[in-house]
Amino acid sequence: MESMIKVENLTKLFGEKRAVDGITFRVGLGEVLGFLGPNGAGKSTTMRMITGFIPPTSGTVKIGGNDITEDPVAAKRLIGYLPENAPAYTDMTVEGFLNFAAEIRGLRGNARQTAVNRVVDLCFLKSVLHQNVDTLSKGYRHRTCFAQSIIHDPDILILDEPTDGLDPNQKHEIRQLIRKMGQRKAIIFSTHILEEVDAVCTRAMIIDRGRVVANGTPQELRRRSEWAGAVTLRVGGLGADAVRDQLSRLRSVSRVSAEAVGDRVAVTVFPRANGDSDLTREVLAATQGWQVEELRTEEGRLDEVFRSITMPDTAAKEAKS
Amino acid sequence: MNPLGNIKTITKRELRAYFSSPVAYVFIVIFLLLNGFFTFMVGGFFERGEASLANSFFNWHPWFYLFLVPAVGMRLWAEERRVGTLELLLTMPITPWEAIVGKFVASWLFLGLALMLTFPVVLTVNYLGSPDNGVIFTAYIGSWLMAGAYLAVSCITSAITRNQVVSFILSVVACLFLILAGFPPVINLLQGLTNHWQWLVDTITSFSVITHFAGFQRGVLDSRDVIFFLSVIGFSLFTTSVILRTHRTT
Repeated sequence: MESMIKVENLTKLFGEKRAVDGITFRVGLGEVLGFLGPNGAGKSTTMRMITGFIPPTSGTVKIGGNDITEDPVAAKRLIGYLPENAPAYTDMTVEGFLNFAAEIRGLRGNARQTAVNRVVDLCFLKSVLHQNVDTLSKGYRHRTCFAQSIIHDPDILILDEPTDGLDPNQKHEIRQLIRKMGQRKAIIFSTHILEEVDAVCTRAMIIDRGRVVANGTPQELRRRSEWAGAVTLRVGGLGADAVRDQLSRLRSVSRVSAEAVGDRVAVTVFPRANGDSDLTREVLAATQGWQVEELRTEEGRLDEVFRSITMPDTAAKEAKS
Repeated sequence: MNPLGNIKTITKRELRAYFSSPVAYVFIVIFLLLNGFFTFMVGGFFERGEASLANSFFNWHPWFYLFLVPAVGMRLWAEERRVGTLELLLTMPITPWEAIVGKFVASWLFLGLALMLTFPVVLTVNYLGSPDNGVIFTAYIGSWLMAGAYLAVSCITSAITRNQVVSFILSVVACLFLILAGFPPVINLLQGLTNHWQWLVDTITSFSVITHFAGFQRGVLDSRDVIFFLSVIGFSLFTTSVILRTHRTT
């Protein structure tokens, strides 16, 4: 697979502060890379360096073979970019803005008209086409800026929080669109919403304090969770203590939490090794003859992985309490 | 893509932006009203009884521009930075120079349009007498070049800040310097202070738009004056590009 985006050792200093600290990764066609990380982790700064808005302090970015600092125009031509907060010229109509975006991308005449029509359909902008951008609702403004980023059908898409501020339906539409386009493009997008990673990404990267702290498919990341392979069940007819006692004896168990909910007991059994599949079998065997109402093997929780990686101290404290 | 095509695209966008808001029309109306009022009421156009626009009409332009041109130029970059579209513009496949020149040209053309709309004054003076229209034409060119110089200075101040008001005030101050450096009372004062250093006085006055505009008003198209205005424009736009780059580095 050819790497459209090659980032080597990218570093950005703002004064003394290392906003981005030696990030290296590649994205090829057909890949959707999700950028995760707390606010101020360096996601937007990284994206701004990749798109050539700010120059890196050190390190290189290659876009389809073109260095972003040495041949910026050729590199930028391949990129579609949706900046954070989706800025758009407020003194233009949606149509005027899209025409401008198409023209500056070198599309003229019929090609421009076709391109504008295509993104208007894709982003559902028909009803606001002649409206001024500053009168648009946030969702429409966001989609207008998104439309701008795909107007030249670029091979590379950089999207900074593309679903921020959208309602659930709009979020769904944009995710569908990203996933569909991700089949033949190289896409990087940042998000705070972990379920989005599952819905859209082929790979996810967690960034914290300017460094890559985790990198893998969503499944791989989830497997790092304490919850990966954990078994949750709901049991009737037994006390919480009795349940805890019995299940704690199992060979693959590290910890059992059980609490009474009404006249049932909600139990979670954590495996000794993350993602251990023996545990489910053992629990099934041990609970023969119990009144088990519900039993489920957990796949692991991204939010928990996210917190344990980006805030190791707090997460550990929470686990103890 | 060719640079000229990119510049044209940006210029077109900027011009459209001017006319999509009432600001452009307000500006043109105020400019024309000021011109009319000062030419006929203050400048004593009729009382002078001369078939010329130099003293009654063009004389005021350096002062009108002092307030009006910074008002036109203040939004150029400040607004882009405030709204965040600067990030969009500078990640398009264009060079920063194309953006800077495109925006400047748009505003300059707009000022040219406002200036052209003063044509009734020319018709009036032609109706009443027989002026030298060549001189008037030259003075118009000079006035437009001078407006360009002010505008380029406003580009710098607009790039410095995201606040349009700050940009406006800074560029009024900077343009005021360009005027006062050649304003007779100031020259006299300087000469009084530094009667041994005539070269210093000459250097300062050579930066004045008034000194360089005077030739145009008399109908003299001196290449040195043209070069002065063009170099103020060139230097200011270059400074703008440096400021824009510095912002992105830090």
